[in-house]
Amino acid sequence: MNGLPRIPLADWIDLFVDWLVSRFGGIFDGVANFLEQTVEGIVSGLGLIPAILIALFIGLVAWLVSKKSIAIFSFTGFLMIDYLGYWDAMLQTLALVLTSVIISIVVGVPIGIWASQKETVRRIVTPMLDFMQTMPAFVYLLPAIFFFNIGVVPGVVASVIFSMPPTIRLTILGIRQVPRDLIEATEAFGSTTGQRLMKVQLPLAMPTIMAGINQSIMLALSMVVIASMVGAPGLGEEVYRAVTQLKTGVGFEAGIAIVILAIVLDRITQNIGRQNQGGNVS
Amino acid sequence: MNESNLKKIEVKNVTKVFGKNVKKATQLLNSGKSKNEILKTTGATIGVNKANFDVYEGEIFVIMGLSGSGKSTLVRLLNRLIEPSTGNILIDGQDVVKMNKEQLRDVRRKKIGMVFQNFALFPHRTILENTEYGLEIQGVAKAKRKAKAKESLKLVGLEGYEEQYPNQLSGGMQQRVGLARALANEPDILLMDEAFSALDPLIRKDMQNELLQLHDSMGKTIVFITHDLDEALRIGDRIALMKDGQIVQIGTPEEILMSPSNEYVEKFVEDVDLSKVFTAAHIMKPAETVQVDKGPRVALTLMKNLRISSIYVVDKQNRLLGAITAQGAKEAAETGATLQKVMIQEISTVPAETLLIDLFNLVSTAAVPVAVVDESHRMQGIVIRGALIGALAGNDVYINNPDIHKTDDLKKVD
Repeated sequence: MNGLPRIPLADWIDLFVDWLVSRFGGIFDGVANFLEQTVEGIVSGLGLIPAILIALFIGLVAWLVSKKSIAIFSFTGFLMIDYLGYWDAMLQTLALVLTSVIISIVVGVPIGIWASQKETVRRIVTPMLDFMQTMPAFVYLLPAIFFFNIGVVPGVVASVIFSMPPTIRLTILGIRQVPRDLIEATEAFGSTTGQRLMKVQLPLAMPTIMAGINQSIMLALSMVVIASMVGAPGLGEEVYRAVTQLKTGVGFEAGIAIVILAIVLDRITQNIGRQNQGGNVS
Repeated sequence: MNESNLKKIEVKNVTKVFGKNVKKATQLLNSGKSKNEILKTTGATIGVNKANFDVYEGEIFVIMGLSGSGKSTLVRLLNRLIEPSTGNILIDGQDVVKMNKEQLRDVRRKKIGMVFQNFALFPHRTILENTEYGLEIQGVAKAKRKAKAKESLKLVGLEGYEEQYPNQLSGGMQQRVGLARALANEPDILLMDEAFSALDPLIRKDMQNELLQLHDSMGKTIVFITHDLDEALRIGDRIALMKDGQIVQIGTPEEILMSPSNEYVEKFVEDVDLSKVFTAAHIMKPAETVQVDKGPRVALTLMKNLRISSIYVVDKQNRLLGAITAQGAKEAAETGATLQKVMIQEISTVPAETLLIDLFNLVSTAAVPVAVVDESHRMQGIVIRGALIGALAGNDVYINNPDIHKTDDLKKVD
């Protein structure tokens, strides 16, 4: 190649990952344990409840936050998953998605708030988010396996990395799009930064933040098949197996279960966002 | 006005430079370079250029200028929503510029209320919650702040709207909420940034009147920003005119109108509807009078010497009794009748503070010039048609020295 030496970036990254594993192995083990127990806790907890009750509950929640048609769809959709025989797989996928999204929110919203207040933070965070979102998700799987072995944990980690950016981005956007004169008003009355944030910026940014969380959920769901490649159980695993064994019917069955789960989660979270808006944002 | 000449706000040599090369721009500014030259050489924009003025306790101080003149920047320097580049701003003798964060916050909470052009109400809070905001962030107990907020809403005539949301209210009502929110803290100073500019003309006039009433009863110091000269003239005790970040003239509305300090001000005030600004006092001429106990021959002689066709009849206290024409006096002299008997008694009279616009009808129909009288009907002068038209044409010859008149008259009449 024109006689130029090749930059051994791949070797450097390998060395860096090795170094991280040997240096911080203990911490990674702790994180892995925690994540695994969270996911398994959710799965076994939900597993105790009969499917019909969960379907009813989801239907009820859908009814409360939106309209009847979505409630009926959620209820029958969940029952259908059960009758297709994918209930346990669905619970595992749900647990994986919930865990990833909760981590995305817990980490992402504060980062978003911080970045919205400090221009330097935003300048550092934005390219990182671009990197996280555009780097093919498969690539995260490899170091994730080194750090966390195979199983559900690297799946969660990869999902978090992939799904967190919209939450952060839309938190920043939501806070920054609060009109300038409202910020001026809070300052003119002598608000502290915290008061301005809690009483004006966050409430007004809430619909946008909820839209970000909704996007995070959808992205986490889109990761389930990829996560199954490193051994995460669930609907993704069923799809992956069907693909490798060329079982078209099974593949569609599991695929439809994912679609149902996606639509239900999407509609419910979308409407929570709308409800918070309260119709008062002019 | 209750102007006790106590300085509430003192602005000393305050300059605001926007951009990166603040130091260089300030140096250039001190060496007398213009705004445009500085923009070209340093890329910095001069927002406010060495502003100097005092605002007295209890007065309405209007800062007027076109968009881009720096007036909105200037008002934001007062409570440091925008940091001044150089200069000092004293409120009650304390320099705001030198204050730390906590002191500044305290001043903003307790001393200064602000009303914004586009209302800046919080859309997710009810009217009451909006009004409470200033007290809420000071940690005032809920019951107390609610009571105060309600009181404040009542003051601006919004009782019963407490539980509505801002977008359920009209523009005028929203700005009342803005005013109530600013008043709820009981600040000494109100900063009003183009507060009425977003309202339609009728509502704007209502709000101006209400502001004047509120000001009369509460006696706050108000700094009012506007681009509307009519508004400035109506509500201002004193007006500062700004151009390119500089204050070009400070004075009472009349001083600005009558003796513009430069061409810019002159141009600015050129389009003012003078008939709504000048009063009878500005254009009246001294009246020729004759005392009632003098005979008709005296009146006739006076008229002849002065070359006028009618003369006003007054008593010893200079109170207007009537007028007599040359014709009438001549007839009286021939028949030996007294002035009292032959004089015309139906004379149109107006108080001195009558606006010219209200004089047109009277002047056009009166047989003898309209007389200007004071409360006890004492003769002050007369309004002749020529002076009325001359004054409206902007001819200074017809306009009296404004100093004989208090500035209040401009705004009291409506």
